[in-house]
Amino acid sequence: MPGVEMTQQLYRFFPQLKNRIITVPAGTVAEVISAVNEIAPGFSDYVLNEHGALRKHVNLCINNTVVIDKIKLTDYVAENQTVYIFQSLSGG
Amino acid sequence: MSDMILLGTRKGTIIFDRTNTGWRPRQISHAGIPVCYAACDPRDGTLWASLDHGHWGPKLSRSRDRGASWVNISSLKYPKGARYVVKYLPTPDFNPESPKALPEYADASILKIWNIAFGNANQPGRLYAGTIPGGLFVSDDGGDSWELNRPLWNHHSRGGDLFAGDATTENHWNGTPASIDYGVFEPGIHSIIVDPRNQLHLYVAVSTAGVIETTDGGKSWNARNQGMLMDYLPDPESEWGHDPHFVTCCPGQPDHLWQQNHCGVFYSGDGAKRWKKVSMPDLGVNFGFPIVADAHDGRTAWVVPARADSERMAIDGGLFVARTTDGGQTWQCFQSGLPQDNAYDIVLRHGLDASGNCVCFGSTTGNVYLSEDRGETWQCVGNNFPPVYSVRFG
Repeated sequence: MPGVEMTQQLYRFFPQLKNRIITVPAGTVAEVISAVNEIAPGFSDYVLNEHGALRKHVNLCINNTVVIDKIKLTDYVAENQTVYIFQSLSGG
Repeated sequence: MSDMILLGTRKGTIIFDRTNTGWRPRQISHAGIPVCYAACDPRDGTLWASLDHGHWGPKLSRSRDRGASWVNISSLKYPKGARYVVKYLPTPDFNPESPKALPEYADASILKIWNIAFGNANQPGRLYAGTIPGGLFVSDDGGDSWELNRPLWNHHSRGGDLFAGDATTENHWNGTPASIDYGVFEPGIHSIIVDPRNQLHLYVAVSTAGVIETTDGGKSWNARNQGMLMDYLPDPESEWGHDPHFVTCCPGQPDHLWQQNHCGVFYSGDGAKRWKKVSMPDLGVNFGFPIVADAHDGRTAWVVPARADSERMAIDGGLFVARTTDGGQTWQCFQSGLPQDNAYDIVLRHGLDASGNCVCFGSTTGNVYLSEDRGETWQCVGNNFPPVYSVRFG
């Protein structure tokens, strides 16, 4: 199953995600975020806006590749891949 | 008499408590997170903070134990289909051919929760929130859920009902410079007034459009900008396009309204049917951001003037507070206890408040000043705070 790793800044709001290995079913990035939201309700509100698009100052990568579709999050995450969720360098 | 002051700052919420030895700040809450507004609900003592996360999106935060603990709320969202007519800041590098079609529409999403207001005592759970890009939200369950006020969002001054289709009227709402940080040039609601006598009667103020009133609980809205004057458009008396920086009323005499506008200080003694410019530029009373009215005397108000408008600095390096007690016919300026040299403080639109004989303001340079004699003499209750966005007694 794909893994999900994220900036530790998000643990401040979702401490239940700290110190655990997060794995979710393979699927689109939107489905991956939705799966993390199941573990930590409210998580998607921090990463996505109300239309489901990636917030402006958040970056997502699948392995070393920056996610292309930041609007509908249709990029596919395969079984052996990892989604990384970063704060972008802007927006601080 | 209030025993608490809440500061919304660039780096969190700071609460001052009145103690036997004076006003003392607590350790910061929401550390590191910009808080653009913080206030206390006078009905039940709930504290509210508007978090302006740089990365994670705007959130509300609520404390029901006087600030000991906070719970973040993410439920304030624009509904699907909420759109607005895009405005472009006419910067020197603006390419007029870049918009694909006019009018251009954008889906609304919350960029900033700029103001929080509370319903009357007979409306438990009723809250209001003003936002960029210009939506007014209402909650009837203490902030757990929120709903966009559609009659204002769909107002004819904004292009009409864009949920239903394309614009049917011209959009007269312009952007606020406060929106540029979010990469847009869109309007914002920063002032919400609920008439203490009648919960169906509200005013909101929009940068940049003007003052809008409802008398039927938000089902219909009308401009209340008669008498307003602007000096940045060809028609100074245009119905729309005004830039109120903050609008408030006297709670004990709610027909007395005050407005610190980009173009001066304005007063209305008749419920905003007509505004009168009451600036006194010779005294320095003209430009500024905040204004507060006395709780009981509608003809008394305070401002913290600044130099307009490309400079936006303290006037001649010194701070003063001006007070009128006669509806703006005359102003007194008070400097005692305030720095008169090398001061560059600006007080933002929510950065001034009054409670009883106390008046307090906080500045962008992190200084907080308090008067306990109705603004005549001042003491500094703290330096070196983060830039202060809001000051509210609790």
